[in-house]
Amino acid sequence: MSVTELEFQAHSVEAAPAEAIQGRSQWQLTWRRLRHDKMAIASIVVILIVALLAILAPVFASLLGHGPYQAFTSKGLSVDGLPVAPGVNGFPLGTDYVGRDLLVRILYGARISLFVGISTTAMATVLGVAVGLVAGYFGGWIDTVLARFIDAVLAFPIIVLALALAAIYGSSLLIVIAVITFFSWAGISRIVRGQTLSIKEKEYIEAARSLGAGPWRIMFIDILPNLLGPVLVLATLYIPTAIVFEATLSFLGIGIPAPTPSWGIILSEAQQFYQTSWWYVVFPAAALLITTLAFNLLGDGVRDAMDPRTERLFAGSTKRRKRKAAAPAGPDATPPAAAAAGMGG
Amino acid sequence: MSETLPRDAAAGAVPDPEFEDDVLVRVDNLVKYFPIKAGGLISRTVGHVQAVDGVSLKVGRGQTIGLVGETGCGKSTLARCIAGLLPATSGTVTFEGKNITNLSRRAMRPYRREIQMIFQDPYGSLNPRRRVGAIIGDPFTIHRTATGNERKRAVQELMERVGLNPEHYNRFPAEFSGGQRQRIGVARALALRPKLIIADEPVSALDVSIQAQVLNLLSDLQDDFGLSYLFIAHDLSVVKHVSDAVLVMYLGRVAEQGPGDLVYATPRHPYSVALLSAAPAADPDSAAARQRVILTGDVPSPINPPSGCRFHPRCPKAQELCSQQEPALESKAGDPQEHRTACHFPVETGENLATAGGRSPR
Repeated sequence: MSVTELEFQAHSVEAAPAEAIQGRSQWQLTWRRLRHDKMAIASIVVILIVALLAILAPVFASLLGHGPYQAFTSKGLSVDGLPVAPGVNGFPLGTDYVGRDLLVRILYGARISLFVGISTTAMATVLGVAVGLVAGYFGGWIDTVLARFIDAVLAFPIIVLALALAAIYGSSLLIVIAVITFFSWAGISRIVRGQTLSIKEKEYIEAARSLGAGPWRIMFIDILPNLLGPVLVLATLYIPTAIVFEATLSFLGIGIPAPTPSWGIILSEAQQFYQTSWWYVVFPAAALLITTLAFNLLGDGVRDAMDPRTERLFAGSTKRRKRKAAAPAGPDATPPAAAAAGMGG
Repeated sequence: MSETLPRDAAAGAVPDPEFEDDVLVRVDNLVKYFPIKAGGLISRTVGHVQAVDGVSLKVGRGQTIGLVGETGCGKSTLARCIAGLLPATSGTVTFEGKNITNLSRRAMRPYRREIQMIFQDPYGSLNPRRRVGAIIGDPFTIHRTATGNERKRAVQELMERVGLNPEHYNRFPAEFSGGQRQRIGVARALALRPKLIIADEPVSALDVSIQAQVLNLLSDLQDDFGLSYLFIAHDLSVVKHVSDAVLVMYLGRVAEQGPGDLVYATPRHPYSVALLSAAPAADPDSAAARQRVILTGDVPSPINPPSGCRFHPRCPKAQELCSQQEPALESKAGDPQEHRTACHFPVETGENLATAGGRSPR
């Protein structure tokens, strides 16, 4: 944190006592810690850039004059019929095996990857939280049935199911999303169920019951806010898993059908060309790697910010240490809000 | 605010014609056994924890009943059965002439407003993720008695009434001290203007200096709102300070009950004597002069309680009869009718138990 920021903080606390009274929520505290995690902030920036590029894919396509399905058989392929290298004939990242612009296809692929990653994680989270809460809170036979079902899903051979579904219904985006969602919610459910089992024994749940609160109110108003932290961390880490999963299914030919630009499909096509056209493999693989790495690092950052007790090896904490050292030297009036914020959470 | 809805709207509560008008709650022969399950998938009951075994009591309007006993004697279980948080195995709870034992959640709803609880742990009883305003406002939300700004105003009035700064409406429980948190719990219990507040060791988790403040608050509120308290504690000096009548429990049964001053001046049950002698006295001179009765051994398992008088294995006055026959709860040694003791050999006034015969300490 810079000196000006420190000054600004001290200033705002002095100037606005009303603000000091407002307690900081779990989310405010998490964000404050996350803000100082260089790795997490870099990840957020990378993810935002990827998202922006995905949104702007049609703009790039029209600027270059290359559509994602447009094959340039003359200028997009060399005389041997091989893909052209990056920078040649106005293809910034070269072309693929039928002469399509690789950059445009990778950008469109980002749309698929982000869409699949985020939509499946969102659905799996909602489903997982609902099932976990119901199983954990009601207990008894409901819990027995749901917990066994969760175990069954977690034990299921996923590729086999995907293959079977693709064979029956043909491969499609919908089936990919359905398969990934179906195999993602169970993990979240199991965590939520465990947390619910421990939280429901707390005295404040009994207090809610003594006020006459019904089971749904207790589950969603009293229990849910207490487990949103772990769920958020889990969800952040499920997004890259889902992205890789989609790429894997597409690579194997049981995911998104072929002409659609998906990173998995591009990599699958590139298999035959890696000896002659390095760019064909390197760029889509790099896109996949950078995106999933950013989500994973962000998930780690969120976890650390949620639970400040865990120390990470490479967390950028030099500034934090400096700040601690600088704190006693500052004006003797320690901002009460800052002190309270440090303890809470 | 709380008078807007009809109070006896729910069906299911059976009126009791023999109910006295000055009694708010009557508990008759209440029993709570917890089954002990064994086996995995198909579980069977292999025994019972006899947490509460046939307790009767009355709480008069505006009265405070103190409930004392060691940890594990069934005080909290009894409280939760009365509050309808645990189903009773048998026996009845009658509130203002209506049987409210084991009502469904819906049928119990109007009585939730009349019977509220204050919990022991000021840290565990407040949801750490919710703001104080929301916690205290919960009763209004759940019973739909106030919304929006009206609710906020009601909550801030309550906060002020219990000695909290209403400006702290938006803070989280973690930002308050133990005493302040217990005040939040009191405000929440008070929100619906109940007639009975069951306080389950409300001050035992607090600093001694804070205990008095909270106790005084509770007694002020009793005067202002005409509350009745069922006050649970294991600290006899606290109970002495607040109670009109005292009930001493041992292993799920009532050992002795009666008006506070009588039980404190002339305890009849050896267990009461031992409990009283264990309470620290503020005056060192009187403390030195007092006889100390030190009980040996632990509280026996409530799964398999001793035969006859449940206290006999630890009782300095125990004789053959005590292990065979269960003593009835009745007035002993010329005590008035309302001072009752369940003991075959009640302690005489002035008798020194520390040197009494019977079993020597193991």
